[in-house]
Amino acid sequence: MRFPSWIASVSAGAVLALLALATGARAGTLETVKQRGQLVCIVNTGLAGFAMPDRQGNYQGLDADTCRGIAAAVLGDAKKVKFVPATAEQRFTLMQTGEGDVLVRNTTWTLLRDTANGLTFAPVTYYDGQGFMVAKKLGVKSAKELDGATICVQPGTTTELNLADYFRTNHMTFKPLVIEKLDEVENAFFSGRCDAYTTDRSGLAATRASKAPNPDDYVILPEVISKEPLAPAVRHGDDEWFDVVKWTVFAMVQAEEKGITSQNVDAMLKSDDPEVQRMLGVSPGMGKALHLDDKWAYNIIKQVGNYGEVFERNVGAKSPLKLERGLNRLWTQGGLMYAMPFR
Amino acid sequence: MSKTGVSVRPAPRRARLWHDERARGVILQLAVVALVVGLLAWFAANAVENLRREGIATGYGFLGREASFAIGVALIPFSPANSYAHALLVGFLNTLLVAALGIVLATVLGFIVGIARLSSNWLVSRLALVYVEAMRNTPLLLQIFLWWDVLRLSAPQPRAAWQPLPHVFISNRGVYFPVPFYGPLDLWILLAAALGLAAAVLLRHRARRRQELTGKRLPALWLAPALVLLPPIAVFLAGGAPHLLDLPRMTRFDFAGGESVTFEFTALLLALGVYTAAFVGEIVRAGILAVSRGQSEAAEALGLRRGQVLRLVVLPQAIRVIVPPLTSEYLNLTKNSSLAVAIGFPDLFSVGSTIANQTGQVVEVMSILVAVYLSLSLATSLAMNLYNRRTALVER
Repeated sequence: MRFPSWIASVSAGAVLALLALATGARAGTLETVKQRGQLVCIVNTGLAGFAMPDRQGNYQGLDADTCRGIAAAVLGDAKKVKFVPATAEQRFTLMQTGEGDVLVRNTTWTLLRDTANGLTFAPVTYYDGQGFMVAKKLGVKSAKELDGATICVQPGTTTELNLADYFRTNHMTFKPLVIEKLDEVENAFFSGRCDAYTTDRSGLAATRASKAPNPDDYVILPEVISKEPLAPAVRHGDDEWFDVVKWTVFAMVQAEEKGITSQNVDAMLKSDDPEVQRMLGVSPGMGKALHLDDKWAYNIIKQVGNYGEVFERNVGAKSPLKLERGLNRLWTQGGLMYAMPFR
Repeated sequence: MSKTGVSVRPAPRRARLWHDERARGVILQLAVVALVVGLLAWFAANAVENLRREGIATGYGFLGREASFAIGVALIPFSPANSYAHALLVGFLNTLLVAALGIVLATVLGFIVGIARLSSNWLVSRLALVYVEAMRNTPLLLQIFLWWDVLRLSAPQPRAAWQPLPHVFISNRGVYFPVPFYGPLDLWILLAAALGLAAAVLLRHRARRRQELTGKRLPALWLAPALVLLPPIAVFLAGGAPHLLDLPRMTRFDFAGGESVTFEFTALLLALGVYTAAFVGEIVRAGILAVSRGQSEAAEALGLRRGQVLRLVVLPQAIRVIVPPLTSEYLNLTKNSSLAVAIGFPDLFSVGSTIANQTGQVVEVMSILVAVYLSLSLATSLAMNLYNRRTALVER
């Protein structure tokens, strides 16, 4: 009877393989995406206007289009995106473990997320604020009247914290009903299990437009109780990739400012404006600095559109959400959307 | 173990360690243990190193920080100003409550179903069979949602709440009922109840001895509840019978005051209890069938009634077979209670997930949850093993 030597060799092999895995350094995300030929984008499981699959199963929305913009910039094709839906609780873990290249999931930019969670935030794509929605028949006119109400909320979000802060500040009490899945929390609200539902006001509008039995029976209260700047995020310490995501957002905003749309971008190639020429790669150099093709911004605008087009299509007047531009207007029109100079 | 092992057994002094079957076994086992421990340590070190490199905070320091979020159902006072550790405790107590009540429900229901399954009444045994097959062949999560939807959707809004009893209300939020305010008399009432309980235990003991010695029975069945109930009532009346009830009353949105049980809790408890009872029923049935038929025949021959046969002869023997598998059902129920997160009951897992997300320290929070669930399961196991030892057959 002999000791089976294959056990020893297999064990040794396994240990060596694991060690190799451990020491192998992680390549930059930009290189990984280029080699893979596909962008992996973490999005919401289903939030109308931001990221929600349509009847054909294609993700539609502001966040989804941001993903497409990045794919167009890096790979020259806005369709080369794999959408990975994530709940509010899963999203950071998925990023930390490298399951996604970029997080575009209506995520609020906060200090702790920017630091302790190991993320770096690109420019804001939607300036939002938290609000409350109630049934009209309750006769509530202001959030200050919600003392003693039961409030539906999703866990693990800044929403949950702002809610508690707001009631503490105003010396009111409330009963939270905390449910992770968006569908279930919406069901609980519309079935009357909760008196009010709280989330970002864009989310309230989305829920009301897509899930309410009769949207006119529900009102969004006037109070905005928090700042919710929603921004794409990448992993800490991957500066090259961070630059790409950041400037993709800037390109969309800058295109709107310069009046470049998906319709007229080809005509704009003949523009005399030197900044437009630099942006669209007519005078080269910008793409190379980003380690991208010089046509990167052209591809974004041609295939996805400028920020204004994306906004109107997904959440603006042409969409079921009918949100106003508000803070999300260009800086030239009194809003906060401001792209850094392309030079 | 091996047949050749007998022949390869030379004088112990000359044998090399490797050729000794027992020594080889020990060495191999040690090697496997070392490999597993080493791997785990390596994983842990790797995780810490990776987190550090990515600039992600580590350690358990966050537990002392302010939670800043609210919890809907808390057995102990909790406000967003309390710490994360306090929030975890609130969640833990909620888990403990639903698990403990669920175990009681599953046991009672399970014994009834198990016995009904063996009934000679065709209808009763078939009904029990349908119950068992329907319950254990559908997913628990589905059952939880079903209970929740049925409760929540069949009850009215708080403003139109049902009132089955005076000051008791049922709305789509849950059940509201009055509770006594805490007053100076409460301590004495509790004390009187405790004394009554002690007297009842003593009485039962005396009644047993008397029956063993003389064959005569004391009416302990009637006396014991009276002993427990009468003294506190007497104290209450002697204290002037103060009306100190905290009554639920309607406010703008919901009832305030009194005590309430939410439908999230009720749905979870019912689902856990009813689901697990199907498994417990089968275990009870197996336990009863394991007692030889001759036992009950002999008992019947002695003139015991059928209820007595079951209670005095069959169940005490069946319990030996029932207890070990019952333990694992209890453990399952406790662990399944973490499905609470789906319907928004703030159990340990639900609160833990929120904290993991607020702090971003998933590994630390999950390690705490693992430790707590593990200790809870080990404690349940220990208690059941002690009980098992008491009921196990003592061989002489």
